[in-house]
This record gives sequence, C-alpha cells and structure tokens, in this order.
Amino acid sequence: MWQTFLGLYNYWIVILLMMAGFYIVMSRHNLVKKLIGLNIFQSAVFLFYISVGKVRGGTAPIVEEGITSYSNPLPHVLILTAIVVGVATVSLGLALVVRLKEAYGTIEEDEINEMDAAG
Amino acid sequence: MITVTNLALLAFMAITAWAIARTLNLFVATMLAGIYSLLIATVFVLLDAVDVAFTEAAVGAGITTVLFLGALLLTDRHAKPHKHRFGTYGPMLLVVLLGAALVYTTLDPLMPHFGDAGAPAQGRLAPEFLADSVRQVGRDGPTATHIPNVVTTTLASYRGFDTLGEVVVIFTAGVGVLALLGGGAIGAGAGGRRRRSARKDGGTVSGRGSTTDGADA
Repeated sequence: MWQTFLGLYNYWIVILLMMAGFYIVMSRHNLVKKLIGLNIFQSAVFLFYISVGKVRGGTAPIVEEGITSYSNPLPHVLILTAIVVGVATVSLGLALVVRLKEAYGTIEEDEINEMDAAG
Repeated sequence: MITVTNLALLAFMAITAWAIARTLNLFVATMLAGIYSLLIATVFVLLDAVDVAFTEAAVGAGITTVLFLGALLLTDRHAKPHKHRFGTYGPMLLVVLLGAALVYTTLDPLMPHFGDAGAPAQGRLAPEFLADSVRQVGRDGPTATHIPNVVTTTLASYRGFDTLGEVVVIFTAGVGVLALLGGGAIGAGAGGRRRRSARKDGGTVSGRGSTTDGADA
C-alpha cells in the first residue's frame, strides 16, 4: 500500500497541479491570472516528463568513471526545449494583454466581452 | 531521505498553486509563481535533471517573473472578484471529474511506478544515447564529442535540428512581441505617442473610444 502510494505520488501531484492550472485558466476572468494558470499547467507537464525519466538508484546523466546507472536523459532534453519555448509563448501572451489594456482599458475578460457585445 | 524531500517539496508546490488560485493581488500571484518555479527547480535536481533545474531557475523563476512584473506595471495590479457567486462551480466540477478520471488511470496495474528501471520509457533510445556518449568521451578523432554531459550532447548533436526549431520559435515570438507593442516600450514609437496624446485629449482610457485608437495604430 505504502509502496503504491510512493510509486504513484509524483503522478498524483502532477494531476493535481495540472487541474489547478486548468481551473485557474477556466474560472478566472483576469488575463494575467489566466497566463499564470497556463504556466502552472505547463510546469505540471514538465514535472511529469522528468518523473518518468527518473531511475531509482540512477544518477544525473553525466558520464563518470565507476557509475553504471543513469537517469533517462531524453526527457531532460525535451523539457529543456519546452521551458524555453514556454517563456516565448508567455511573453507573447503578456504582450497581447498589454495591447488589450491599451485598447479596452481593462484586462478582465468579462468586461472586454461586454464592451464588444455593446458594440 | 530523497523520498521525504520529494514528498515535502511536491506538497509545497500544491499549496503554492492553491494560494495562486486564491489571491486577487496580481503582484502576490507573480511572486508565488516565482516561488513555485524555484520549488520545481529543486524537485528537478532531486530527480537528476540538473540541466533542466538550471534552466527552470534562470528562465522560469527569473525571466518569466520579470516579464510578469513588466506586464503588471503596464496593466493592473489587482484582479476583480468574480461577479457571479456560483460562477466558478462549473469549472471546479469539471476539474474534479477530470482529475478523478486521471487518478483512476494511474491505478491501472500496468502503470509503471516512479523510478522503475524497467518502464517502457527507459528502453530503446535512451540506453543507445547513454552508451554512445560513454564510448565517445574517452575517444580521439574528428567525430568524438568529449562531452561527458549526455543532455548537452543529445541537445546539440543528435537533436540539433530540434534546437534550431526552438531558436526559430523564440525569434517568431520576439517578432510578434515587437509587432504588438510597436517596437520598444509603450509610447516610445510614433504610433504610441499618437495614442497617448489621443488618450490625454479624450480624458478617460476606458470605453469604446480608445478601442478605435488602438485599431489604427
């Protein structure tokens, strides 16, 4: 029982964080808050990949004499790329938010929708 | 020891995420997001992903926080509370159902446990890359990489085109940001100055008037 809990704990936390991010994106009207939620969702995916790559008893994938077991380096490579791409998308999103603030004077999604509906 | 640290750090991350969801102060939310990034970077060190931890600490906790602070400076510092009292119940229900379904999936006996060396993800490519890197380190010749860090060799050599694609994405995002903000800081370009003076004449910023100002810029 305890073994199952420890073996799945990382995945459960990943699910929890992912759902927390998803909830923030759906339920909050503030656009900056939505982007932070998107960030949390994204990090949860990163954490999932890195958790999958971990090998018990293994060490960081840096070749060294006398070490035979390494953790999986492939998820690390993929997530390195993903983190940098993530910051690029976040910066683009924030630029959009700043433009919306310029154009509508608010960053609350419901108020922007009301203004659009009012014509 | 590592297990206990892992348990504690991940629990802290869950608490931080909850606090981010609760707060209406966007400055607080940004700072909490920075803490969240540092926590996840520490978890990455525990899980042997030192390169990823380094990048997350520099990019996630550093650059992203600065970008958010800059955006807050140009927009608002406070989010408005939800207008309808029950407006967040629908998303909460959906999220709980989806989360429960995902947790149910992990209970499948075929799900490889955390740290399992025999998991399908550990097969095929990864041992190939590792063995090749071990072979290359001590060798001489034009094709030898001499780099002991397997992540570096994989990123720069075996998956070099992937990294090129990443550079293209960052370039595109940079061009997009410049196009949206009119080159440089707000109000620095000719368009920005026109918008700002129009706003001064018009008095308030809110309403449809400023929308048309933005559209022609």
